[in-house]
Amino acid sequence: MSEQPTQEPGAVAVKAEPRQEVDTRLQPIKWKFPITYVLLGLLSLGVFALLSPTGSVTQFRLATASDIVTLPAVNVPSFATALVLSVLQLGLAALAIFAAARRIRLGIWHPMLFGLLFVLAFLVYAGAGRGAFIPVVTLLAGALMLSVPLIFGAMCGLVGERSGIINIAIEGQLLAGAFLAAVAASFFTSAYVGLLAAPFAGAAVGGLLVWFAVKYHVNQIIVGVVLNVLVIGLTSFLYSTVLTQNAEMWNARQQLPRLPIPGLSQIPILGPVLFNQTILVYLMYVIVFALHILVFKSRWGLRMRAVGEHPKAADTVGINVPRTRVFNTVLAGGIAGLGGAYFTVGQGLAFGQEMSAGQGFIALAAMILGRWNPKGALLAALLFGFSTSVGQVLSTIGTPVPSEMLLMLPYVITIFAVAGFVGRVRPPAAEGVPYIK
Amino acid sequence: MSPEKNNDDDAAPGGALKEAESRLHYAVRELSQASWVITLLSVLVALVVGALLILATNPQVQGTLGYFFAQPGDFFLTSFEVIRDAYSALFRGAVYDWQAATPERSIRPITETLVNAVPLILAGLGIAIGFRSGMLNIGGQGQIILGATCAAFIGYAFQLPVGAHLLLALVGGALGGAIWGGIAGVLKAKTGANEVIVTIMLNNIALYLIAWLLRQQWFVQTGSNQPIAAPVDESARLFGILGTGFRLHAGIFLAIAATVFVWWLLERSTLGFEFRAIGENPEAARTAGVNVPKATALVLIIGGALCGLGGAAHLLGTEYRLAAGIAGTLGFDAITVALLGRSKPLGTFLAGVLFGGLRAGGVLMQAQTGTPIDIVLVLQSVIVLLIAAPPLVRAIFFLPHPDGSSRSSRRRRLREQQAAETASQPAPRQEVTK
Repeated sequence: MSEQPTQEPGAVAVKAEPRQEVDTRLQPIKWKFPITYVLLGLLSLGVFALLSPTGSVTQFRLATASDIVTLPAVNVPSFATALVLSVLQLGLAALAIFAAARRIRLGIWHPMLFGLLFVLAFLVYAGAGRGAFIPVVTLLAGALMLSVPLIFGAMCGLVGERSGIINIAIEGQLLAGAFLAAVAASFFTSAYVGLLAAPFAGAAVGGLLVWFAVKYHVNQIIVGVVLNVLVIGLTSFLYSTVLTQNAEMWNARQQLPRLPIPGLSQIPILGPVLFNQTILVYLMYVIVFALHILVFKSRWGLRMRAVGEHPKAADTVGINVPRTRVFNTVLAGGIAGLGGAYFTVGQGLAFGQEMSAGQGFIALAAMILGRWNPKGALLAALLFGFSTSVGQVLSTIGTPVPSEMLLMLPYVITIFAVAGFVGRVRPPAAEGVPYIK
Repeated sequence: MSPEKNNDDDAAPGGALKEAESRLHYAVRELSQASWVITLLSVLVALVVGALLILATNPQVQGTLGYFFAQPGDFFLTSFEVIRDAYSALFRGAVYDWQAATPERSIRPITETLVNAVPLILAGLGIAIGFRSGMLNIGGQGQIILGATCAAFIGYAFQLPVGAHLLLALVGGALGGAIWGGIAGVLKAKTGANEVIVTIMLNNIALYLIAWLLRQQWFVQTGSNQPIAAPVDESARLFGILGTGFRLHAGIFLAIAATVFVWWLLERSTLGFEFRAIGENPEAARTAGVNVPKATALVLIIGGALCGLGGAAHLLGTEYRLAAGIAGTLGFDAITVALLGRSKPLGTFLAGVLFGGLRAGGVLMQAQTGTPIDIVLVLQSVIVLLIAAPPLVRAIFFLPHPDGSSRSSRRRRLREQQAAETASQPAPRQEVTK
C-alpha cells in the first residue's frame, strides 16, 4: 500500500476505540441485567442446590495422570457447596442491583465471576452422587480444543467484516484448509508442510469471495453460501476419488507434535491445558494478540475500519477501497485456513467429508457475540467451546440435563445477543455494501 | 439486498441503437442480455468444469497421460469416452434411460427427477419469497427439519380418517416451518435482529432439537433405542400417482399449486406488493403506509411455512420415517434453487426440476461410472455463482457488454474520463487506479 503523508494527522487524531460513543445525558437505569442475575441466582439455588441430594458428594479431578504436579482429587458435599455458590451468586446479583441504582459501572470481573460461580454450581449439581469424577483438566482441555477452529474462524470473519466484506464462507475456508493441510502433509509426510499449505486454501476461497463481491458486486452473503457448497462439493468429490484411491499417498495421518513450554506447562490445571500444545495453538495466541493490537492501534487497522465503516470517506483521503478489501479478505481467508488445519494435522486425523461440521457458522456467531472485537470474539469462542465440552463430558458421565440442550446453548445465546439483549450489537456500517465509485 | 439488484448494473440503459451497428451485432447483444442465455451458458461452463474434474481424477485418463507424447490420440479418445459415459449416465438417470430393459424403466428417471424436485421446489419458493422481500432466509434447513418433524409426529401419533390425516400432517408441517421462520421474522421486526444470523443459529438449534426428540420414547414410539421415529401411517402418506414401480407422489401437485400460489401472492395480491415494496425500499414502503414490521414478520412466516411444507412433503412422500439426517442438504440446495430461479415462481420451479434431475442423474452416474455424486454440488454452485455475475459469463464467452460498446472503446472512454478528472483537479493527491 502506498502512503500519503497528508493522511497522517487524521491517523493520529482518531484515537483508538472510536466505536464507544460518549453520551453525557443521564440514561434511564437498566434493570435488565440485575434482573437476569437474580433469576439465574434463583435458578441455581432452586435447582442446583435444592435438587442436589443431601449427603451426596461431587468429585472433581484436578489433574491427569501424565501431569508432573499432580493435585489430589477434591470431594465436596454437593448440597452445601451448591448452596454456598448460589448464595454467593445472589450476593453478586444484589451488588448488581445496588450498582445499577447508584449508576456505578461494574467491571468485566462481575459477569465473569458470576458466570464462574454459576458454572461451578451447575457442575456440582450435575456430578452429585454419580460416583464418577468430573475431570476438570479434560473439561478445560476439551474446551480449548473445540475453541481453536472457532477462534481462527472468528478472527477471519472479523478482519473481513471490519473491511466491509461479509464472510459466510468461513465454513468453506475451514474445510478447504483442513483438506489441503491433510493432503500436503500426507504427500510430503510432514505435518508442518500441511500447516504451511492450509492458509493458501483458505485464502483461495477468500479470494473467490472478494473477487465476486468487489468486481461483480454480487451479494456477499449469496457468494458465501454458494462457496460453502462449492468447497463441500469439491473436497467430497476429491475425497471419494483421489484420496480414497490412494489413501497412503494423499490422506495418511500426520500430527503436529506437542511442544510443551518449559516451566509454564507445569502450572497445575492451566499449565497442561494452555502450554502443552502444538505450534498451531501457539500461533493462535499470537494472531489473537496481534489482531487485538493491530485492529485498533495500527495504520492497517485504521484503514481497514475506515473502509468498513465509511468507504467513501476512506476513498476521499486516498485509501484504495477495493484493494484494501481484497487484501484483507484474502488475509482473513489465510487465517481461517490455518484454523482448518486444526481439524486434520492439528489433531492427527485424516481428512473426512464435511469434517468442519458447521464450525464456521459458530465462528461467525462468536464474532458477532464478541461485537467484531478480537478480545470479545475470543471470549465468545471460548464460551462456545466450553459449553460444548461440558456437554460432551456430561454426556459420558450421565446427567440430569440432556446434552443436546447444552450443545444448543451457544446458538440460543447468540440469538439473544443479536436480538439486542446483551447490549447493542452494531456491525460495521458498510459491510455487505459494494463500493461503486 | 435482493439478488435481482445485482443485475441492475447490466440492465440496458436503453440508448438509441447506432445505425453503424450491424444487425448481427445487435442480435448478439440482445442475446447476451437475455437472462436465459446467461443461464444456459452458466450451465455449459459448469458442465465443462465438472468434466475437467472428472478427467483429472480418472485413473484411466491418468494412465494414458503416462505415454501422452507417444500416443496423444489415446488420451483424447479416453477422455472423450469417460466424459461421454459420465454425462450420458447423468442424463439417463435424470430424463430418459434408453438402455433400460422395459419401457416402464425407461421413463422412471424423469419421475425420479420430479420426486427429488418436490421438496426443492417447495423450499425454494419459501426462500424466494424472502429474497423478493429483501430478506436472506438461510434457515431453510431448520424450517425443513421442523416441518418434517411435525408432519411425522402427526403422521404416526394420531389416528385419523384418510383425507383428514394427510391434510393435518401437511398443515402441521407448514406450521412447524412457519414457527421456525416466524422466530426469525418476529425478532427482525421487533428488534432488528439480522435474519441471516438468527436463521443460521436456528438451523443448528433444530439439529439438536431433532437429535433430542429422537431419543425420547414418547416421541419416537418405536420401543427401541434407535434414533429413528416410527413410520407414518398409510393414511398420512402422500399417495403415489403412477402405481407400483414409481415413487412419484401427489407432492408434485402440491409443488405446482404452491408455485401458482406464490405467483399469485407476489404478483397479484396486496400483501405480495407490500413484500416486494419492503424488498425494494423499506423506507419508501413505510412512507407509503406499509406496516413494515408486520410485513417483515409475515415474509419469514410464509417462507418458513413453505419450507416446512417441503420438509413435510419429503417425509410423507418419500422417507416415511423421521431420522436426524432427514433434511440432508435440502436447505442449502433450496437457496441455490431460489437463486437459479431468480426468485421468480416459475423460475424456481424449473430450477428445482433441474437440480432434482442432477441429483437423480448423479445417483445413476455414481452407480455406473463411479463418479461420486458430490460432483453435483460442484455443478450447482458453479451455475449459481456464474448466474449471479453475468459480466463474468460474458467475459468468458467474449460477448459484448450490454451498453453496446466493445471492450476497447469502453476502456478508451474511461481513460478520457479519468484524464478530464485529473485535469480539473488542482493538485493530484489521489492515485487513480480504477
